[in-house]
Amino acid sequence: MTASVHSVAEVMAGPAGRRGWRERLARWRVPLSVLVLCLLPWVLPSQALAVNVLIYGLLAVGYNLLFGYTGMLSFGHAAFFGAGAYATGIGIGQFGLPWFAAIGYGMLAGGALAFVVGLLAIRTRGIYFSMVTLALAQLVYYTALQATSITGGENGLRGFTLARIDLFGWSIDFLDPVKKYYVLMVFAALALWFVSRILNSPFGAVIEAIRENETRARACGYDVERSKVMSFTLSGLVCALAGALFALHLAIVPLDILGIQTSGMIVMMTLLGGAGSFFGPFVGALAFLLMEDVVSLWTPHWQIVVGTVFILFVLFLPKGIWGTLLAWRAGR
Amino acid sequence: MSAPLLAVENIGRRFGGFVALEGVTAAFEPNKVTAIIGPNGAGKSTFFNLLSGVLAPSAGTIRFKQRDITGTPQHRFVHLGIARSYQITNIFPELSVHENVRVAAQAFRTRYDIWRARAAMSELDERADAALAAVGLLGRRTTTAKFLAHGQQRALEIAIALVAAPELLLLDEPTAGMGPEETRDMVALIEKLAADRTILLVEHKMKMILGLSDRILVLHHGRLIADGDPCHIQSDPEVRRVYLGQNDGYA
Repeated sequence: MTASVHSVAEVMAGPAGRRGWRERLARWRVPLSVLVLCLLPWVLPSQALAVNVLIYGLLAVGYNLLFGYTGMLSFGHAAFFGAGAYATGIGIGQFGLPWFAAIGYGMLAGGALAFVVGLLAIRTRGIYFSMVTLALAQLVYYTALQATSITGGENGLRGFTLARIDLFGWSIDFLDPVKKYYVLMVFAALALWFVSRILNSPFGAVIEAIRENETRARACGYDVERSKVMSFTLSGLVCALAGALFALHLAIVPLDILGIQTSGMIVMMTLLGGAGSFFGPFVGALAFLLMEDVVSLWTPHWQIVVGTVFILFVLFLPKGIWGTLLAWRAGR
Repeated sequence: MSAPLLAVENIGRRFGGFVALEGVTAAFEPNKVTAIIGPNGAGKSTFFNLLSGVLAPSAGTIRFKQRDITGTPQHRFVHLGIARSYQITNIFPELSVHENVRVAAQAFRTRYDIWRARAAMSELDERADAALAAVGLLGRRTTTAKFLAHGQQRALEIAIALVAAPELLLLDEPTAGMGPEETRDMVALIEKLAADRTILLVEHKMKMILGLSDRILVLHHGRLIADGDPCHIQSDPEVRRVYLGQNDGYA
């Protein structure tokens, strides 16, 4: 306990420069992300890859809210992604909802599912939490497999192709991949803005405190359980939106989307890019899908290569691509 | 005697068949420093965990400002006016010193707001800095908490508790693991804090306790065996037998 010899003003200024660029980056993170997303279809080898980066990147962003910022490792996020996709498809194909209402319906379904799963899973911690989320997600998978009349079972959900979409008097050709990309991108951009606001909000500080030290957060007067359920639900909501966009994009929902591989892939993308950073999940999704795209050109066993890269990252660069870049830049 | 700030009546706690604490009754007046001592396993930590809501008592009642608070969930305690520090340093390691205290201050303003910008809530910065200044850590406010020296981390923990403006401050071995110099600083800090709040502390360092406290409670095997001012405790034959008589290096 050294006596303070610094004036408050001097201390408030902090070590100039080192933190400065990070704060600037944080302030501009949403416009910067949107700019990159706008350019994506033109810099990537294919339009299809760009749409996938958009959707899976958003999925990983939603997951990161729970894993990277609240510190809870869920192995069941495929359920919310899938619920969003199925509910959107069912909304259009079976209830005849307009497309934007179907997106809302998909988010509502995924968010509600996340609320219930969160409520059950947060009773446990650590590896038990991960296992409970995995088990509940498998439950959702088998329900979708059995409820053939609603979900199409093993054949997946079909019959909700959108040829054109109409909004505010505009009619957009949804079969044109570029136009489709930009329509979906508007939703992803809104979601990024939403997530950025959460992270900057008082609640953002609460979940970080819970990640850092749950006991202390509770002693500080925070209802940790309630905050966890809230974080879980918000995370599920964003993942469900990614699912809704996925359904609109493919015009079919394969059953695989609910599978354990999807949950695993979400974790891999987030870790690969850098958990707990804003840009990390998108970078991770981009790296993962780019690797898949390139490696599968010369071998159908692309998962071996991607898996090896993932293991190397976990062992040697646990902060992920973006996290390592940030740390390296900060250390100079 | 003025109305007690805190009163416990016959409280006890069992873990399965093991009785950690039994039949403790005591009342605590405002603005006094009370030390709780006893050999290892005497029930000091259990007593503290009951008073801070970490554990619910299996018997008895706890009254704070005449109100029965038995069974209140732990996260409500700071809102009632009871804050604590922990025996093992308990901070937010990856956050800056300032953020550690700021997030604690925020609990009194908003807890579930996902929309407004927290950076705009500048009164939280002021509250946090005032608490940091009180423990002499203002100069380290931008340091990541895990890089602080041990004594400074302990002080940070007290700042986190202080920002709640608690009427009752529970300090669980505030000088644990500290050298003589750090201990001296901590004692000075506690004396300063004691001027206008009630403090309960668990400690092993007898010299420090005798100088600092107005009153001492002695626990042994989960029971309260003595309760009185330091002079009285020092001469109590029962206490001498179970505690001071043991040549364990503390006395």
